[in-house]
Amino acid sequence: MDFGRFFVELYMARWALLQGLGVTLVISAIAIVLGTLLGIGVGLSLVYGGKVQRLLVRAALEYVRGTPVFVLILACYYLLSQVGIQLTAFQAGLVALTVFCSSHVGENLRGALLALPKGQTEAAKAIGLTFRQTFVYVLAPQALRQALPAWINTAAEMVKASTLLSVIGVLELMLATRQVISRNFLSLEFYLLAGIVYFLISFSIERFGRHVERRVALPS
Amino acid sequence: MTNRVLEIESLHKQFGEVEVLKGVDLDMESGDVVSIIGSSGSGKTTLLRCVNLLEDFQQGSIRIDGQEIGYTPMPERRRRKEAEIARQRAMTGMVFQQFNLFPHMSALGNVTLGLTKVKKLPKAEAVAVAERWLEKVGMIERRNHYPGQLSGGQQQRVAIARAIAMNPKIMLFDEVTSALDPELVNEVLNVIKSLAAEGMTMLLVTHEMKFAYEVSRRVVFMNQGRIEEQGAPADVFRNPRSTRLAEFLKNAKF
Repeated sequence: MDFGRFFVELYMARWALLQGLGVTLVISAIAIVLGTLLGIGVGLSLVYGGKVQRLLVRAALEYVRGTPVFVLILACYYLLSQVGIQLTAFQAGLVALTVFCSSHVGENLRGALLALPKGQTEAAKAIGLTFRQTFVYVLAPQALRQALPAWINTAAEMVKASTLLSVIGVLELMLATRQVISRNFLSLEFYLLAGIVYFLISFSIERFGRHVERRVALPS
Repeated sequence: MTNRVLEIESLHKQFGEVEVLKGVDLDMESGDVVSIIGSSGSGKTTLLRCVNLLEDFQQGSIRIDGQEIGYTPMPERRRRKEAEIARQRAMTGMVFQQFNLFPHMSALGNVTLGLTKVKKLPKAEAVAVAERWLEKVGMIERRNHYPGQLSGGQQQRVAIARAIAMNPKIMLFDEVTSALDPELVNEVLNVIKSLAAEGMTMLLVTHEMKFAYEVSRRVVFMNQGRIEEQGAPADVFRNPRSTRLAEFLKNAKF
């Protein structure tokens, strides 16, 4: 490995790579936020929805979870344009990641809610709380704590899944790296660099997650 | 005028095909302490849960303080609306076998939740009421502890405070010492005894025969979804009329 040459090339490519990193972070962050909101809707529908609503959401969820993210991304980009919805690569990628994220969050929240002991709902009802109050003050605070570790995992997963957006031409860190390599042919060095950057992002999310978990942990 | 706090009339309850309550009648006056005994599967817990509207029932009526709960009066029997049911549930206080404290709230938080959200008391007032009851059950020093930091007996005492702080017309106790280690049973029974002495109307399902004997004004023996026998504790325990009750008492622990 020729470090001198690598650093020269890295310096020349710095803006391209930083821009790619920026796109990766932005699209992942938006997908996590929107996917979480949508996923909460999915989870609530699965647990509290009517029969028809449950069935429809469950069918959509199974479809999304049974499809590779890669296919989901291609579908959002190519299929949606076929039915007249013209999205840029960034928008299509965002839709795909959001849907993917919401399927994880929804399933996870459903599990967390169903895992709560029935006695919690009964005790809340017994003191006269309405269903809404029971959910807000008793069930949600416990379910969210329970769902937190898996949610953090999902967030890190989103960042990694965003690399797949390079196939539809979203200029995120992966595609930016490949473009740089196609100019200087230092594939080993720059892939390694990209790998380290992705690792650092995931690692930071995990650390931050553990920190939050400790903050909200119940004393025992 | 009689002061009927609870009137259960011809209560029928089915779980699918299985009829677990086959016409139960039970009246309680203000200050009454009634213990329900009977083997498991006799319907005693289900009866209690019907009074708290945690179970629906198919026939018959339950009135608390003269108000028909859960359903509109016959002939047009209709399940009441959610908000109405929630309000009626607050007229009864329930203490569960498994305590069911909210693990994400301190002892104080557990007791104030209903006071602020259901009774809509201002925070300071809710805290004052809660602290009075936590004092009463001997838990005031642990008011900032979380359920995970309390023993079973302590949790159950907080659960009693949580229920009674809502100022219910009647307190329901569902085998509240069954999940406790033997050495913790008495601290909970003593709290219940002191509430009984103060005139709280209470309906208890219990396996503690000695306790039922000491605390109740009336003991009700349930068998296969019916009340088989009832009366003053001394009569029920000393001179059982039905063979089933005699059989049950022979096998029960005192």
